[in-house]
Amino acid sequence: MKSLAERTAAQRPNLAATAALSIAPLAVGVIAAFLLQAVLAPAIGPFYAKLVLDVGIAILLSVSLNIVNGFAGQFSLGHGGFMLVGGYTAAYLTYYGSIAFWGSAEIHGGFMEGGDIFFMVACVVGGIVAALAGLLVGLPSLRLRGDYLAIVTLGFGEIMRVVIQRTGDVLPVAAAKEKGMLGSITNVGGSLGFTDVPQYVSPTPWLEKTGHAGIFFTYIFVAICVVVAFRLKSSSNGRALLAVRENEVAAEAMGVVTARAKVTAFVMAAFFAGVAGGLFGHQSTLSPSELGFQRSIDIVIMVVLGGMGSISGAVLAAFLLTLMPEIFREFKPEWMLIYVAVIFGATVWQRFLGAKDAWKTHWRSKLIHRGIAVALAVTLQVRRDWAGEISHYRMIVYALALILIMIARPQGLFGTNEIWETNWWRRLFGRAASKTTPTSSEAP
Amino acid sequence: MTIFLQTFVNALALGSLYGLIALGYTLVYGVLRFINFAHSDIFMIGAWISFTFTGWLGWSTGAPGYALPVILILAMGFCALLAVAIEQLAYKPLRKAPRLNVLITAIGVSLFLQNTGVLKQVFGTQPQRMPALVNDHVMFTIAGVGVQFVDVLVVLLAGALMLLLQWMVFRTRLGRAMRAVSFDERTASLMGINVNRVISITFGIGSALAAAAGLLYALKYGSLKQSADSTWVLLGLKAFVAAVIGGIGNVRGAVAGGVLIGFLEMYGAAYLSPHLKDVYVFVVLIGVLLIKPSGLFGKAVVEKV
Repeated sequence: MKSLAERTAAQRPNLAATAALSIAPLAVGVIAAFLLQAVLAPAIGPFYAKLVLDVGIAILLSVSLNIVNGFAGQFSLGHGGFMLVGGYTAAYLTYYGSIAFWGSAEIHGGFMEGGDIFFMVACVVGGIVAALAGLLVGLPSLRLRGDYLAIVTLGFGEIMRVVIQRTGDVLPVAAAKEKGMLGSITNVGGSLGFTDVPQYVSPTPWLEKTGHAGIFFTYIFVAICVVVAFRLKSSSNGRALLAVRENEVAAEAMGVVTARAKVTAFVMAAFFAGVAGGLFGHQSTLSPSELGFQRSIDIVIMVVLGGMGSISGAVLAAFLLTLMPEIFREFKPEWMLIYVAVIFGATVWQRFLGAKDAWKTHWRSKLIHRGIAVALAVTLQVRRDWAGEISHYRMIVYALALILIMIARPQGLFGTNEIWETNWWRRLFGRAASKTTPTSSEAP
Repeated sequence: MTIFLQTFVNALALGSLYGLIALGYTLVYGVLRFINFAHSDIFMIGAWISFTFTGWLGWSTGAPGYALPVILILAMGFCALLAVAIEQLAYKPLRKAPRLNVLITAIGVSLFLQNTGVLKQVFGTQPQRMPALVNDHVMFTIAGVGVQFVDVLVVLLAGALMLLLQWMVFRTRLGRAMRAVSFDERTASLMGINVNRVISITFGIGSALAAAAGLLYALKYGSLKQSADSTWVLLGLKAFVAAVIGGIGNVRGAVAGGVLIGFLEMYGAAYLSPHLKDVYVFVVLIGVLLIKPSGLFGKAVVEKV
């Protein structure tokens, strides 16, 4: 019999294997980011490319908040605040830094040259500053009970917003040179927002002279964040977080240092929120009112809709919720027909696959659901002028949809599972695989 | 000295309003253990519906003496019914769900109320001016400071409502049932208390108080911003902070916290910087939570397995 130390050493995966597990998906992510920028963006045009960009930033935010909300089960309402801190730090660095280095606040250099590298570094620095702010807020409040974290983070976001609102106007180039970088630290735009930040994250492809590879940069950070989240979820630190979420007292009894685990998760999430703020700040004008309480709430909604702790769920929810207001903005009656086709198609497909529990819900409630859908589709086909009206009510529809989703599916889209761990995915794509893949409860 | 006294009067009036709103937060937290984010919107609707009722009753230009109590009762009744309806439709199906879901639902309700209010069929997008329901005049002068009738009215009415609530919570059967549900929901239901009804009534009472605060706010400050304006949310948030500082779930603490926040904001604005008045509130909140996490008047809760 070997000693315990030897046995645990044998259990530990070697460094090369773990590095490969992190680097391989990252490489895939970078290639995907490149393809999105080089192939997809020119094909779909600037309007939709902007949406792709927004989705990327939303994914970054929701996946990072998922580390705190989903993994550790702590309710943070400060993600907008961390985004604000990171965004302003990064924008300050690129604006005044560009003036100090190159004498103007324009985009400098071509693809992956001086300006781009500087911008990426600025984003990372913004993330680090946001992470420090997270440490500052998290250290005291994470020792308190759950609800209070929400209140303290909310208060932090409000304080940051008011402080930024009190700052002075952005200095023009000549004045900025005169005052120097440190002297202009309070000149970040006040309530008007930080204008004239070089727009490194522009949706236009880099082939055109004006734009830089914004989608590429954004999705590199998205890839890093998603890989970190996945690696964390299957690591011992991540399991400690899941234990804290399930039962804090029990986790503590099992030897998890709950306060440290929570603070770590919090700081990691704040870092990526800061990076997302940096990306956001180089894409449109940063303003304190835009990154307030409402923004934090939007991100929380994404996490809860995706399912607590489900990374793929957070990605999908970020995608859906970013597109949903746009869809309602230009609602077309034909889309109702597609919706009806999809729900009928799904039933036939489930029937075809022999899924019995698909018929568990009572036929009458299904009939009512489908009846309403068909009636709506037909009405909108007949009265096409009503479709235009719907866009007036899009925020109301959004709010109602939110309430209904919470009532109908409280666990979010995928619950705590990833998309490939859900029953319907296995039924559709891998019956054999479902037998061999151990679920989390069976894992040793 | 004049500034000090003038600020004192303003702070007391604002503080009583915060206290009234904070009571709603604290009551709901007491029975359901969740932060009702839609409460600030009930407050907003209370202010707007008072304006609407005043218009319907034809008192926009001149109001009779009995106008204020009539509008007050109408607004409180409307908001109480609205809150009970919201509770039944949105929160009741989630009684057993995780708290975060209820919280998100509350946010959904909040968005719904704000954006419904903006519709032209409801309150519209234009900011409005609340007509004077009472004849506002300087009642008396202390040390050169004229005390307005509206300020006295706000403080007295808010105080009366708070005393009424005190009496209700601590002296009536319903109040005892509310405290029992707040203490232990399961045991309360075993003792024959209809928990669902008590929760509904609690929502109704809290929202009626918010409606009263809305009407008083409209009377004191006059201008009504559009319903989706962030001012309402910020006012609600500060009232919520008041509830937390006083010890959430504690009825007397909410009133004390509200007055404290009112004084903090007004004196901070008068003597330090008027632009940073929101910062003081949240800094004090964080300070209080760090030193005494259960609030100034709250009891420390031991986490049980």
